[in-house]
Amino acid sequence: MVPLNWYLMLSTVVFMIGVFGFLTRKNIIIMFISVELMLNAVNISLVSFSHFLQDLRGHILVFFIITVAAAEAAIGLALIIALFRNKTTAHVDEMTEMKG
Amino acid sequence: MNYYLLIPFLPLTAFLINILFGKKYVQERAHWVSILAVAGSWIVAVFTLLKVLKGETVNEDLYTWVLSGTFEVSVGFLIDQLTTVMLIVVTTCSTLIHIYSVGYMHGDKGYYRFFAYLSLFTFCMLMLVMANNFLQLYFGWEGVGLCSYFLIGYYFNKKSASDAGKKAFIVNRFGDFGFGLGIIVIFLTFGTIYYEPVFTQIGGVAAQTISFLGYEVNLATLIALLLFCGAIGKSAQMPLHVWLPDAMEGPTPVSALIHAATMVTAGVFLLARCSPIFSLSEPAMVVAALIGAITSIFAATIALVQNDIKRIIAYSTLSQLGYMFLACGVGAYTAGIFHLYTHAFFKALLFLCAGSVMHAMAGELDLQKMGGLKKYMPVTYATMFIASLSISGVPGLAGFFSKDEILWLAYAGPSPVGKFVWAIGTIVAFLTAFYSFRLIFLTFHGEFRGTQKQEHHLHESPKSMTVPLMLLTIGAVASGWVGIPNLLGEVIGIEHSNWFSGFMNPVLGHPEAHGTHAEEWMLMGISVLAGLGGIGLAAVFYLGRRSIPVLLAQKFGFIYRILWNKYYVDELYSHTIVRPTLWISQNILMGITDAKIIELIVNGVPRAIGGVSQHLRKVQTGLLQHYAAIMATGALIIGAWILLR
Amino acid sequence: MLPKLFFGYYAVVIIVLSLLVVTRKNPVHSVMWMLLLFFHIAGLYLFLNAEFIAAIQIIVYAGAILVLFLFVVLLLNLREELLIERFIGTWPTALVISVSLLILVIRAIQDMALAPPGNHSVDAIQAETHTVALGKILYTDYLFPFEIASVVLLIAIIGALVLAKRKMRSPQ
Repeated sequence: MVPLNWYLMLSTVVFMIGVFGFLTRKNIIIMFISVELMLNAVNISLVSFSHFLQDLRGHILVFFIITVAAAEAAIGLALIIALFRNKTTAHVDEMTEMKG
Repeated sequence: MNYYLLIPFLPLTAFLINILFGKKYVQERAHWVSILAVAGSWIVAVFTLLKVLKGETVNEDLYTWVLSGTFEVSVGFLIDQLTTVMLIVVTTCSTLIHIYSVGYMHGDKGYYRFFAYLSLFTFCMLMLVMANNFLQLYFGWEGVGLCSYFLIGYYFNKKSASDAGKKAFIVNRFGDFGFGLGIIVIFLTFGTIYYEPVFTQIGGVAAQTISFLGYEVNLATLIALLLFCGAIGKSAQMPLHVWLPDAMEGPTPVSALIHAATMVTAGVFLLARCSPIFSLSEPAMVVAALIGAITSIFAATIALVQNDIKRIIAYSTLSQLGYMFLACGVGAYTAGIFHLYTHAFFKALLFLCAGSVMHAMAGELDLQKMGGLKKYMPVTYATMFIASLSISGVPGLAGFFSKDEILWLAYAGPSPVGKFVWAIGTIVAFLTAFYSFRLIFLTFHGEFRGTQKQEHHLHESPKSMTVPLMLLTIGAVASGWVGIPNLLGEVIGIEHSNWFSGFMNPVLGHPEAHGTHAEEWMLMGISVLAGLGGIGLAAVFYLGRRSIPVLLAQKFGFIYRILWNKYYVDELYSHTIVRPTLWISQNILMGITDAKIIELIVNGVPRAIGGVSQHLRKVQTGLLQHYAAIMATGALIIGAWILLR
Repeated sequence: MLPKLFFGYYAVVIIVLSLLVVTRKNPVHSVMWMLLLFFHIAGLYLFLNAEFIAAIQIIVYAGAILVLFLFVVLLLNLREELLIERFIGTWPTALVISVSLLILVIRAIQDMALAPPGNHSVDAIQAETHTVALGKILYTDYLFPFEIASVVLLIAIIGALVLAKRKMRSPQ
């Protein structure tokens, strides 16, 4: 039997890779993919918790996370398209309107 | 049933309707709202009078306004004989003057505004007289002051009018400061500011002294003098009288209502209301009597030489208010209130007549440019003539009874200065008759001295103006008949003919008088002679030989100049108070405090913030990942703190 | 032993694929590795007796979301993408932050204690199949959130349309 800790560590590693990707990549689409990666990492931990606690509520949560991820992907990509249309770039280091 | 609540709140409703909806919806119909409301108040006031005549008085709280520790103030109402008299005076004058204003203010741009303020004034004045505690009195007191300010400066485009408004307001501050202090001392002493407990306990503390500005002062004297400060400010007595003549810049109905019949008499009302306090302090009484006497002769002498029709009447008001103070000062509160009540009618009438004359003369105020108006404006002439007879104290008319009662009680009362103020009062009676008829003769008799164009324009005023004049004439003639002296009453066969004095007895007590019937007859004779003498002299001067006054003015040029310049009081204040204040304001407050200190703070703070921000803004790189990294670092720190502590 | 071997395979592949996803220069490659990653995560779900979740992982993530990503990636100028630096200048700092967080969380996992188990044991779920068990809870206890989820999706549809729509040019 695989212990719960292993799943959780796997989840954490994947999550941190997602964080690293989000914090470092220039391309806004890869940053977005990193966000999806983080969501998946959380899903892994939720499903494994659910399995070890013998409780289906973790699955319900995953279900909703996937729903929200789908919505988020649609909106986020629409935003990226609008942004790309205005700035003709997908690189965040070229978008510094907020600079003080 | 709180039927009496309608009295103040109907005018308040009218004010709210006119001020909120006046400009867009009510417009030219504004007078309907106000007149209906004030007339409604009048009807309820008459109803209240009937109740009070049956002996039903009211003293109850409606709503607790402030409750802080032992300090409690309510919106409360006290309706007794004194209040009722004031209610009748205020609502009657207010109703008639509202009606008069329809004609007088016709076509004015701020028509709705005028009626709104007039109604607000009526509300405040009614709250003032109906209060059952000092703070509500103070509320009404300041409210009427505010309305007075609004209405004096009604033609705010005119600089002299807005200046006069400010002057009235600022001069009143001096008096109200004392009044406010007086209320504080009352609260400190009694722990309450309701009339009833204060007046019942005042006897017990009258002998106590209190340290005020380093002096040990008798408590009753201190309270009385502080309240008196407020009274002289509002009632324009010496030395705070300077605002009232200038207040004539307002529309004439305002002068009639606020600056003759009601608001300026609030000081007299205050003295009468606080008579239990004043009666315990002889110094305060003497001060009141002397100030009243001095103001009355001072104003009467100035009125002798003025040429502005409204200012003459304003000085006449000052003089008559002095009479009322004199009456209160010698302990004849009933006589003071009686004079207040008769004076309201004939003085409002005089002002409204003057307004009617101005209306015909297209705003001209100079007596020297009038003359011979009798044939153009018979109604105005007749009513104004009767009012002048009344103020001159011609027997049978209202002014005679009240003035005579004051003079008799001053002479026969226990006051140490009684004989002195009686003498001044008699001289003033003579002067009053003289200048009142000088006004009549110069305005209505002789030849017209204005331009051709003005003469062409002369006409009698519309019905809405003349009808109130005629109604007020009834008051100017008959209002005194409720207070016929018992001496005369016996002659014409009415027992207890001084019904008014008996009516006020529960509130104001019965004034002491020690004198024989012969003395009373003699004094009455003297005052009648003084009045008739004044009228006669005016007739000789201004109907007979116009050269005499001119000659006198030349011969006594020095005195004439002093009187013409109103004893230089305005100049004195200008040099001793206004200019130093301006100097301090400009050089110290504006030059140092404002320019150096406040500017430094006001400009320094944003400059400092701006300087720091110049550096702080560099933190904002605008790069998305930097924000995210800081967020992740924050999560790291919080997590570490939770897990590793 | 066999389950641990299976888990070891999945764990290594998932980690390697994740690293590939965030480090590839060409976004199309990233998306492709992501696709493979999703299939492996779905496998892991099967391993945890969550058949329905595994199915929607493939249908929604792999079938819908990634296709969307691919569409958008293909809009971009890939040629330029290949020429520039993939990371921003301060990437070592980000690495330090991520690794510190990783250590912190793993440290926290060591101290973890589990709550008492509920009544959906593996046998209970298998008795009525996973989909039926999930559906019963979803349509009873979680009906209201479920309806809200549908509203969220509707808003996403409308929002995406509004945001991505090309502005109508005026006739001049």
